[in-house]
Amino acid sequence: MRAYAIHVFKRLGQFILVVYIGITITFFITHLTPIDPVEHAVAQVSSFGFSSPESIELLRKSLKEMYGLGDNLWLQYLRFLKRVTVLDFGPSLSAFPTPVGVLIARALPWTIGLLTISTLLSWFLGNILGGLAGYYRKNRLLRLVGVITMGVHPIPYYIVAFVLLIVFTFLLPILPSGGGYEMNLNPGLNLPFIGSVVIHSILPAFSLILVGLGSWYMGMRALVSNIVTDDYVVYAELAGVPRGRILTSYVMRNAFMPQITGLAISIGSIFNGAIITEYVFGYPGIGRLLIDAVHAADYSLVLGIATISIISVSVAVFLIDIIYPLIDPRVQVKP
Amino acid sequence: MIRTVRDLFRYNGEFAAGAVIMLVVFTMSLASYFSPYSPIDAYLVPMDVPPSEPYWFGTNSRGQDVFWQLTYALRNTLAFGFVVAVISRILSLTIGLISGYVGGAVDRVLMSINDTFIVIPLFPLLVLLYFVLREDMTWFMLALIMACLGWAYDARLIRSVMISLRTREFTNASIFSGMSTPRIVTEEHLPYVLPIVFSTFMNNMNWSIGLEVTLAVLGFTDVNTPTIGGMIFWANQHSAMVSGVWWWYLFPTFFVTLTFIGLFLLSISMNEYIDPRSRLSRMGNG
Repeated sequence: MRAYAIHVFKRLGQFILVVYIGITITFFITHLTPIDPVEHAVAQVSSFGFSSPESIELLRKSLKEMYGLGDNLWLQYLRFLKRVTVLDFGPSLSAFPTPVGVLIARALPWTIGLLTISTLLSWFLGNILGGLAGYYRKNRLLRLVGVITMGVHPIPYYIVAFVLLIVFTFLLPILPSGGGYEMNLNPGLNLPFIGSVVIHSILPAFSLILVGLGSWYMGMRALVSNIVTDDYVVYAELAGVPRGRILTSYVMRNAFMPQITGLAISIGSIFNGAIITEYVFGYPGIGRLLIDAVHAADYSLVLGIATISIISVSVAVFLIDIIYPLIDPRVQVKP
Repeated sequence: MIRTVRDLFRYNGEFAAGAVIMLVVFTMSLASYFSPYSPIDAYLVPMDVPPSEPYWFGTNSRGQDVFWQLTYALRNTLAFGFVVAVISRILSLTIGLISGYVGGAVDRVLMSINDTFIVIPLFPLLVLLYFVLREDMTWFMLALIMACLGWAYDARLIRSVMISLRTREFTNASIFSGMSTPRIVTEEHLPYVLPIVFSTFMNNMNWSIGLEVTLAVLGFTDVNTPTIGGMIFWANQHSAMVSGVWWWYLFPTFFVTLTFIGLFLLSISMNEYIDPRSRLSRMGNG
């Protein structure tokens, strides 16, 4: 138990380091570049109409305060770190005066819901199918599944998603073409709304699962075909243990474990997937928010989303890292 | 080297298929040097002509010949993947070798940085970089940035091989015979590591091309340099799907998919070449 506590402690250190480096990179990317968000915003505001020089000067001053600019860089950096700890990124410019934090909090459940469920599903399906294919090598049906998943795997996600969109909303109009739910419904815990959310998530989730399946399938098949030749499996076969039992409790169980590390990394890349999925399917998550923020040149919103994605990804990886030794007794947690 | 390639061609279907596909794609990209049009000029040919005699792949709504536009796009896209893969291979090889061979505190520091790079979500970071750089985000700049972000996972792979090589008998033999550390690493260990470098090279090219396509589709790159993603971006801008100019999507999509499958086949065949166990099983099955 003590070894485990030390393991958690070390992972916690790593987690804090990741978040710290990520936030620092984000800060310096945005502050050491030639563009000045204040001048940009001033230009945007004054393009709406005539403003007096005094009011522009006033606007400039208050914007500098809002963005936490103006002092020297180190002071700004320290202040930024302090603001991140309370998740305060100031008001958004494109949806003024809603705070960035509120906009993100509104979008985050959509992304996390869609992406977590489809990542887990593709992990689970890919591993089961890959495991079966590794064990029953001669099975025709499993081979066909393998050819399909591996054929889709190298195609860029955007293209798969786009083709699915055309097929299921244009050629066979059976699914909605975009959005997170039917616009005329009342968001909340009622049946029509939940049903609508589920229907709208089918296509994006399916596209993510289809693309993700291949790598799990291949990894699991390779792992299982290595384990199958191990002595204890051969012995079990000779001793007449039923094949189904060998597969579930001798082979799959041991092969599943290394795949968990992979799951941590793919949970980690959730935001990479979110952006393009949400763009293609018009899904109201954090990726969609980021794209809109870039097009609206909303400085604080872009900065806020980048920071939040780094933190939430690190949390996910940290959680899997500390749960892992509890599931797999073979992992040595050395102090 | 030539013998290895010949054997791969003969016994490894994936390698042969991948090589042929990549040859086709590469030839297409070389055709750009014979193009009668400049890649950035628009309104040179009649607009929205379906694939037919003078315009094999049709023309787009910007008055460009899709065939010649595609040759430029393939050239830039392939070159992009290549540049990213070369630079990030140098990084991952250097860091993986040092970390694995030196070990100790150096290893711990390097791997902490490495793990940070593995988990940091790249896409928001790339979008952020585009956001602040705007006009300065050229084709080459993006390649440099992606190379700096795309080495971490492979560095870990190289390090793990290096650690196992370090404890082998022949390493000690070389040390006792008085070879210098750089010579041991480059002459004794590098041959074991190079196949991994090649296979990760293909994967890295796939990864970087995929990301470039994605960023370009969103308009977050220099869309004036023709790339595959850039072509899809312009097709989206002119709502080509709605106006029925499907060939504007079809040909770039087809060729980028071909590129992906080609690189993927090369990479898995290389993996198999590295792993003697699967090589044996292939021979056993005939």
